[in-house]
Amino acid sequence: MTEHLLNVENLTVEFKSSGSTMKAVNGVNLQLNKKETLGIVGESGSGKSVTATALMRLIPSPPGKITDGHIYFNGRDLLQLSEKDMRNVRGNDMSMIFQDPITSLNPVLTVGNQIVEVIRAHEKISKKDAATKAVEMLKMVGIPEPEKRLKMYPHEFSGGMRQRVMIAIALACNPKLLIADEPTTALDVTVQAQILDLMKKLQQEHDTAIIMITHDLGVVWELCDKVNVMYAGRTVESTTTRQLYDNALHPYTWGLLESQITMGTQEQERLPAIPGSPPDLTMPHSGCHFASRCPLATEICHHTAPELVEVQSNHFVACHLQSKEQIVERKEGIFNAAK
Amino acid sequence: MQQNREPILKVSNLKKHFPIKSSIPFKKATQFVKAVDGVSFDLYKGETLGIVGESGCGKSTVARLINQLITPTEGKVEFNGVDLASLKTADIRSARKSIQMVFQNPYASLDPRKTIEYLIAEPLAIHGIGDDASRKKRVVDLLETVGLSAYHAKRHPHEFSGGQRQRINIARALALNPAIVVCDEPVSALDVSVQAQVINLLKDLQRDFGLTYIFISHDLNVVNYMCDRIAVMYLGKVVEIGTYQEIYGNPQHPYTQALLSAIPKENPFDAKERIILSGDVPSPVNPPSGCAFHKRCRFAMEQCAQIQPMLDTVTDTHQVSCHLFRVNSL
Repeated sequence: MTEHLLNVENLTVEFKSSGSTMKAVNGVNLQLNKKETLGIVGESGSGKSVTATALMRLIPSPPGKITDGHIYFNGRDLLQLSEKDMRNVRGNDMSMIFQDPITSLNPVLTVGNQIVEVIRAHEKISKKDAATKAVEMLKMVGIPEPEKRLKMYPHEFSGGMRQRVMIAIALACNPKLLIADEPTTALDVTVQAQILDLMKKLQQEHDTAIIMITHDLGVVWELCDKVNVMYAGRTVESTTTRQLYDNALHPYTWGLLESQITMGTQEQERLPAIPGSPPDLTMPHSGCHFASRCPLATEICHHTAPELVEVQSNHFVACHLQSKEQIVERKEGIFNAAK
Repeated sequence: MQQNREPILKVSNLKKHFPIKSSIPFKKATQFVKAVDGVSFDLYKGETLGIVGESGCGKSTVARLINQLITPTEGKVEFNGVDLASLKTADIRSARKSIQMVFQNPYASLDPRKTIEYLIAEPLAIHGIGDDASRKKRVVDLLETVGLSAYHAKRHPHEFSGGQRQRINIARALALNPAIVVCDEPVSALDVSVQAQVINLLKDLQRDFGLTYIFISHDLNVVNYMCDRIAVMYLGKVVEIGTYQEIYGNPQHPYTQALLSAIPKENPFDAKERIILSGDVPSPVNPPSGCAFHKRCRFAMEQCAQIQPMLDTVTDTHQVSCHLFRVNSL
């Protein structure tokens, strides 16, 4: 087996709140190679953001805790590192962009200060040189008049510009891995297109691997090589982007694909929606979390949780129905019964 | 075919300029945010009119102006032939019975300390419709209409998910049997799978109760699915309006074209030609001279910086405000 840049094994994160424990992430495995882009897709509460924060070891503790698993980055287990060493990894080796650029920038420091701070935290370099580098970074992410912009405060920037600044900060030390947590959700489509383009360009120039967390499949098609679909803290399906589009196997993934509204949707009368809403993870639960919303659920789904198994090469699914034939058969059965 | 019908709502030359207060006390404001700057459209019974545009283009302000939640600086909103701005406060209230609103954020628009029953019955109480018992019955009916159950009535908003809360908001908007429902980004705070449920519900209700919708969204896919006609706004103005086939199939304005090309791909293998707009939406305080879009426009000509384009007719139902169209059609 070749060495992956990032190899996450059985990651489990729990949150404790008055009396109950919630498994926000439950045994997630991820593999990512150099220059690759991995999409993590799921609805709110599916654990995708918690997974990302756990990779950076930024889970607030208490109440949260990584209770199990390993995160191997370049062969080193990040969970074994001291806080001091971990601080060196963040920013240098891997860095993160958050969803909301206004809350992630400090409003009382100039943008320049914030970029310089990151550079100087990781490199022995004079303030002046760091400032020159900051100008370069801003130029790289396409901010006009970077020298002038350096002295401005975040509130003087628009949403798209702030996200560019965040990207500049994240890439300041040439990380090998960039984790982007819904970087374009708060932005308009036209600006989203600009930012996605920028990320693609920078990835090619710097050979960065990207983990893209999103609920928008459109963004996945745009950017990602492979996808992890998460539901209720577990990976339910994991494969290449192309395979997922052509040949999604998990009923939840179909639901997502079908309820996505695209340009072609106009012809149909009704949208195929997934009934119900995601489960409450504080409740003890046996069986598949999706069973209560799943059109194909059978007896076994309600009491035995399915394992994630490789049904085809590089295509992992956690469902009791594991082949297309099985699923089609079951679908027809339900259809005939309805008749 | 829609042109033969009498519009239920007529908006003409609607303007809203918000003053920027000077830091000197008692000094009159000299600068204005031109949030809405001359918007006109007709709304026909039973249709869904979509309003799309980027943040800050004035779409939510239009919604609030229609409902008379804020008073327009200039222009008229006529509902069934009556200018709403000319009405007294009490009369506006009764007019609002017919124009209800569903807001974007289902977490902020429901009072966390009230029960669902109270929240849905509140519009009935305000307008003095029915007695306690009949209101309770109506609440149950409404809950069932939007796909919730009678036992939800005694609960509080925090016990519901985002999608359910938006259903409650919709039930509340329907309580007074409105003719028009203004939906301001009703699904943008919801997850995809839940989004589809709420959109289906809105479509069902429209069919069952003959509702007319104004549907405000920044999500072009949702608008395409929901709407019969679409108005594209940029910096307080409507730059293009037409049926959804016309807007999506034959967009005339360069801004509409860019907006459509910015939608993420439908599948991973679709090699899509992108028109990337440079820069950001300019400030509505000092909008650029001439056409507000000319600084970001691929086709900007000399006259675009000087003369403000008017809405030109493409077809009976399709209008665009762009010099390029005028030049090309000559």
